[in-house]
Amino acid sequence: MRRPEPLIFEISKPGRKAYSLPALDVPAKSIDELLPQGELRKQPAELPEVSEVDLVRHFTRLSQLNHGVDIGFYPLGSCTMKYNPKINEYAANLPGFNRIHPYVPEDLAQGALQLMYELQYYLAEIAGMDHVSLQPAAGAHGELAGILIIRAYHRSRNDLKRTKILIPDSAHGTNPASAALAGYTVVELPTDERGGVDVEALEAAMDETVAGLMLTNPNTLGLFDENIQRIEKIVHDRGGLLYYDGANANAILGISRPGDMGFDVLHFNLHKTFGTPHGGGGPGSGPVAVKDFLEPFLPVPTVVYEDGKYRLNYDRPHTIGQMKSFYGNFLVMVKAYAYIRSLGPDGLRQASRDAVLNANYLLSRVRDYYDVPYDRYCKHEFVVAPLKIKKETGVRTLDISKRLLDYGVHPPTNYFPLIVDEALMIEPTETESKETLDYFADALIAIAKEAYEDPDKVKSAPHTTVVGRLDEAGAARNLNIRWRKPE
Amino acid sequence: MNFLPNTDKDREEMLKVIGVSSVEELFGDIPPELRFKGDLKLPPALSEFELARHMEELAAKNTAQDYVSFIGAGAYDHYIPAVVGHVLGRSEFYTAYTPYQPEISQAVLQSIYEYQTMICELTGMDAANASMYDGASAAAESVTIAAGLTRRKRALVSKTVHPETRAVISTYADARDIVVEEIDYTQGVTDVESLAAKLGDDVACVVIQQPNFFGALEPVDEISAKVKQSGAAFIVSVNPMTLGLLRPPAEYGADIVVGEGQVFGSPMAFGGPYLGILAVTHKLLRRMPGRLVGMTTDDQGNRGFVLTLQTREQHIRRERATSNICSNQALNALAAVVYLSWAGKQGLREIGEQCVQKAAYLAGKISEIDGFSLAWEAPFFNEFAIKCPVDAEQVLEALLEQNILAGYPLGRAYPELKQYLLIAVTEKRTKQEMDALVAGLEGLA
Repeated sequence: MRRPEPLIFEISKPGRKAYSLPALDVPAKSIDELLPQGELRKQPAELPEVSEVDLVRHFTRLSQLNHGVDIGFYPLGSCTMKYNPKINEYAANLPGFNRIHPYVPEDLAQGALQLMYELQYYLAEIAGMDHVSLQPAAGAHGELAGILIIRAYHRSRNDLKRTKILIPDSAHGTNPASAALAGYTVVELPTDERGGVDVEALEAAMDETVAGLMLTNPNTLGLFDENIQRIEKIVHDRGGLLYYDGANANAILGISRPGDMGFDVLHFNLHKTFGTPHGGGGPGSGPVAVKDFLEPFLPVPTVVYEDGKYRLNYDRPHTIGQMKSFYGNFLVMVKAYAYIRSLGPDGLRQASRDAVLNANYLLSRVRDYYDVPYDRYCKHEFVVAPLKIKKETGVRTLDISKRLLDYGVHPPTNYFPLIVDEALMIEPTETESKETLDYFADALIAIAKEAYEDPDKVKSAPHTTVVGRLDEAGAARNLNIRWRKPE
Repeated sequence: MNFLPNTDKDREEMLKVIGVSSVEELFGDIPPELRFKGDLKLPPALSEFELARHMEELAAKNTAQDYVSFIGAGAYDHYIPAVVGHVLGRSEFYTAYTPYQPEISQAVLQSIYEYQTMICELTGMDAANASMYDGASAAAESVTIAAGLTRRKRALVSKTVHPETRAVISTYADARDIVVEEIDYTQGVTDVESLAAKLGDDVACVVIQQPNFFGALEPVDEISAKVKQSGAAFIVSVNPMTLGLLRPPAEYGADIVVGEGQVFGSPMAFGGPYLGILAVTHKLLRRMPGRLVGMTTDDQGNRGFVLTLQTREQHIRRERATSNICSNQALNALAAVVYLSWAGKQGLREIGEQCVQKAAYLAGKISEIDGFSLAWEAPFFNEFAIKCPVDAEQVLEALLEQNILAGYPLGRAYPELKQYLLIAVTEKRTKQEMDALVAGLEGLA
């Protein structure tokens, strides 16, 4: 079983090649004539020399060492690992979307611009917001854009004393990191016993030095904050703005809209809620949406429709600027657009209903075997913890996760949110069948029993993967982050 | 069309286990006035066939796909070999998340390790991360790294750096109260005297691009010497496709190398997703944002790969992280690894040589046309600026009739260069296509 794939460099042999090029069809000159000698590379870069079949086998064999949604269950909390429809991949591979340079005249890219324009509208409608910019490349990038919009708003009113952002202690690490990157001081809010924002702490913290509150709702515990209306009033009454982290909005499509909850700015992750694949870590897409009064600050460009034509609008004097080159991760937008068109309004709502049903079903199946820190109906995800198991057997969340690998499923998110000791954060998504959920619940229950009957088996897991438990501390201590040709 | 496996019967059984009579009860904690009533105003669901047809129609409206393009300006029409699409189409890669569980993520992890190695080889730098969103945001984050390193608050950016890269640097710098000042150009390259006049002991970094936005090779040794004297960090934005042929930026003293990796196997795709390259010297390793993969061993001594130095990152360090970045462009990085494995040691050099030869041929032909001339004398790689007898926008417009996209009119980003057109070639452009462009321009002379 354990047969690691060599590095592509290790199968390289001088003289082998996979590439071919047409013969040069212009009169050749000496390179020395065309480029200054001093600018030329003296040593060739040590790239591999392989045949095409070597190349294909290397990456095919390598691919077989990975888990993915297409292989099995992937209940990684807060990541929304739903099935990625294949028709969306087909659409994103169409030459008409791939062969267009970003600087072609707008008349020659009307299909792309129309798609972006309509996607802006769809996302605004789903969010209950007024305007959207598709520029941000990922969720954290959208957060940064959103916080910069909040900053620009306060500055436009010459309200310069607001230097803090409030963030619940259950929030993702990207929230405080984005606020800090935008120049804000982060003030952490505690969580109350129902899993929501501690409203009294919010009352105390919310003053004229606070620019806004970043909130995820349902939050990372998978719980809808029942006090959202009070929270909204406290923040707005004291001049702050409300930021909605919509990275994972899989519970609310057509059910409840952040704009209606009173949020002023939000971002979505198209690669979570809207079915585009995660690509092993990216590319994603993190559009940002705002209410009317924040529209002047949106990143440029946005797509507008005027006189029967779609075009890019850079004419926005109060914009926070540009977040990246060009217009965003366009091919990811193509897939999200196709996803929304596939499901339509009823399908989106049904997706959220099934996501919530699946999560609650799984919670019901495992609740007698694991501790449930906040005992309520959840939304699209939930958090449990093996506290009793750990106390009585020494088996931890990490061990349980590694043992799940032997059952052929991806483990839940570990040790997050930080406020739950030994957290296992589970998000099944709507695209999993009852049979899959039962298989996973049975595995979790079996491992809970194994922890008592054969704890070493759990603590030494995984036993069936291509590599065993890897030495992460050693990797950081003896850093090896690139291959070098043996002397 | 939806992708829901559960039947109504499944749903009923599940509700029974939960102990509720309807899904509605599970939403009972949402205040009734916040429940969305009615239907979202979205078009109705489509079947797969209807969707395919609709997407094909939209794609067909992008008529630019049928034009011969000489537009570069930061995104280039290089050939993408079939093996790239083949490997990227393996859903073990594209349906995976960030490799948090290394035992079942060795494909993504090892391919990133291979990517990091290739970027180090090309740039000559000590460490490369697993990628950033694109070249521009990588440049912007590198300015933040430099400000943190030097504890200085001024950044100098050459006007010959891509206008969009400069725009993104400004967005990020403004958030951190870093003051960005631009350095003038002369004869198509950074004006070293203007740079020297602006340098001082409060300058955190100097950002240049090689080859620059005009396609010209910068006097990097001269610039580097000035920057080093001032104690500022030297940030070089490269077109990595040139590095098969040109010397690595480490050789002329770059502290941070960034670049747009789209050229390695990612389609132009109306601007994204692309690949942000970021590589640093050993000294800056722990200040680098983003994911990093390291080699290690398992409990039986087998080699394996893991995410490493994660304490720099937001999910551990939160507001004290080196950046807020969470995802990377893993699939685009994979495209780059496959592309560079395909091209290999010899191929990357040969592709570069073809670009240089073809650009030289085309530049030579255009400079023979009455009224047209090369803008500057600086050497160039695959891209160069020409001066036209009329506004470059008119040239672009006129050539559209012959299904040619003649280039990027520099007046869009440089008001003083309205008659200048930036022209790029790749190994894909044939002599026939270039001769057609020349003939078209002759018609305007």
